Amino acid sequence: MNVLVLMEPGDPSRQALTLARKFGDPRSVRMDAIQPFAPDALAATLALAADQLNVSAVFAAGTDRGNEVMARLAARAGLPLATNCIAVTPGQPVELTRLRWGGSLLEEARLHSPRPLITVAPHTVPADTGPAPAELDLKPSAESELVVRVSDHVAPSNGGVSLTTAKVIVSGGRGVGSKEGFAIIEELASLLGAAVGCSRAVTSAGWRPHTDQVGQTGTKVAPEVYIACGISGATQHMAGLKGAKRIVAINSDPQAPLMLNADYTVTGDLKEIVPAITAEIRKRK
Amino acid sequence: MRIAVCIKRVPITGGRILLTDDARAINTQHLGFTMSPHEECGVEEAARLIEANKGESVVLTLGPPEAVEQLRDAMALGVDRAIHLQTDGQEWDAEATASALLEAISADEAAYGPFDIVFFGNESADSGGFQVGIRVGYALGRPCVTGLKKVTVEGSSVRCEQEVEGGRDVYVVPLPAVLTVKEGLNLPRYPSVPGKMRARSKPVAVATPTRLAPRLELVRLAVPAGQGRRAESLGNGATAAPAVVEVLRKAGVL
Repeated sequence: MNVLVLMEPGDPSRQALTLARKFGDPRSVRMDAIQPFAPDALAATLALAADQLNVSAVFAAGTDRGNEVMARLAARAGLPLATNCIAVTPGQPVELTRLRWGGSLLEEARLHSPRPLITVAPHTVPADTGPAPAELDLKPSAESELVVRVSDHVAPSNGGVSLTTAKVIVSGGRGVGSKEGFAIIEELASLLGAAVGCSRAVTSAGWRPHTDQVGQTGTKVAPEVYIACGISGATQHMAGLKGAKRIVAINSDPQAPLMLNADYTVTGDLKEIVPAITAEIRKRK
Repeated sequence: MRIAVCIKRVPITGGRILLTDDARAINTQHLGFTMSPHEECGVEEAARLIEANKGESVVLTLGPPEAVEQLRDAMALGVDRAIHLQTDGQEWDAEATASALLEAISADEAAYGPFDIVFFGNESADSGGFQVGIRVGYALGRPCVTGLKKVTVEGSSVRCEQEVEGGRDVYVVPLPAVLTVKEGLNLPRYPSVPGKMRARSKPVAVATPTRLAPRLELVRLAVPAGQGRRAESLGNGATAAPAVVEVLRKAGVL
């Protein structure tokens, strides 16, 4: 029995492959098989390949693109779709565990489907190290499948350090107090070559642009060090921090969830502590 | 112009999630509720489009009787009227949710004409299925573009910017279309007092769709084990600064 896998470059697709192998011998379609990206055409291609090979299941990484194309396949084929799974057991039904609330909660579920469609949450299972699955030959797409396609690209507007690739992030929450209060956060960040981040409370208040927001509905980050200043640590925020190697929390409330989930804590007023850290670094340089 | 926006009532979870005794839901006894963050931006965008172009906006939700609060919140931001697909509070899977919304949207269009845009959140805050909007788009036979951070109506088409690594991808599709949006699309306004007052008297149509047996069936929920972090205190106040710098040095980022 074959299983079909939608492959992108990078680890998340290799992780999806790990779970896909439980459902059969993998065959693959590449995410960049149709250029420019046209998700309906890709979904149509997957649907055709799944029928022709009579595959046991279709897998993809739970990336934005992976979830999107699989949802289109599900809609087209009239099948249910389980997104962001971290464990699956083949059978009728398929028993699975998936992420809810951006990973703050797990859901055990049963997937009742003649052809399970599953995406795998990135960085939750080991990457497959076996040979790459054979790629399928594709037919040209019908014009009607190309209505939704990328026609242009806009480069990122801000020239600052990107949150997704930053080694250090200095992040501020409601405790920073105001838009102007971020001056001390920015000063420390610029000294460290770090990106400036913030919590959802801050963007909702209009103190920082949404592009600075770390969390479930913002950016998911993976720095060496995350310095959280005056952030309480709601699940919304913590969902964006799962990839952070070290978390330093600065907060006046030692019982704040982020203080309990950090590696290092400093208790007190961030308006005194952050400038003191900046001064200490300057002294050493 | 006619715009629809679909929203979902979700609890405000705060710092720590507690489950009900049967572990099939979050214990919401002490929690407030809101609409999913992405959808709030969909509501704001719908309100702005109607302010600029005239016409009518409609907000839809599938949820328990209390979800009328979120419909009122949407109307306080400027949406004209609401359709409430009432449930008994049970979990509906994405397929069943999409099919109930599709039926309501189709019925409204049969009576008042097609929606130029139907907005959805890219994914709900709680179940995160990433699919209800796409399913409705397919069923309506309309182009669907997802994950949008900017939407510009240009005559009979709409220009859409989708956030991707290294910038934004642009799509231009003809109207009518189904668009799923993300937080950051706009900064939703705070509801004004007159806005809230007006929302109280705006019409809410109620229907009670039949729940289909879920094909993605929730069995139970679990709180994941902690990340194994054990916070080490570096001290209190400004005197802790040298210890923080030492952490940065050891991490190799200084």
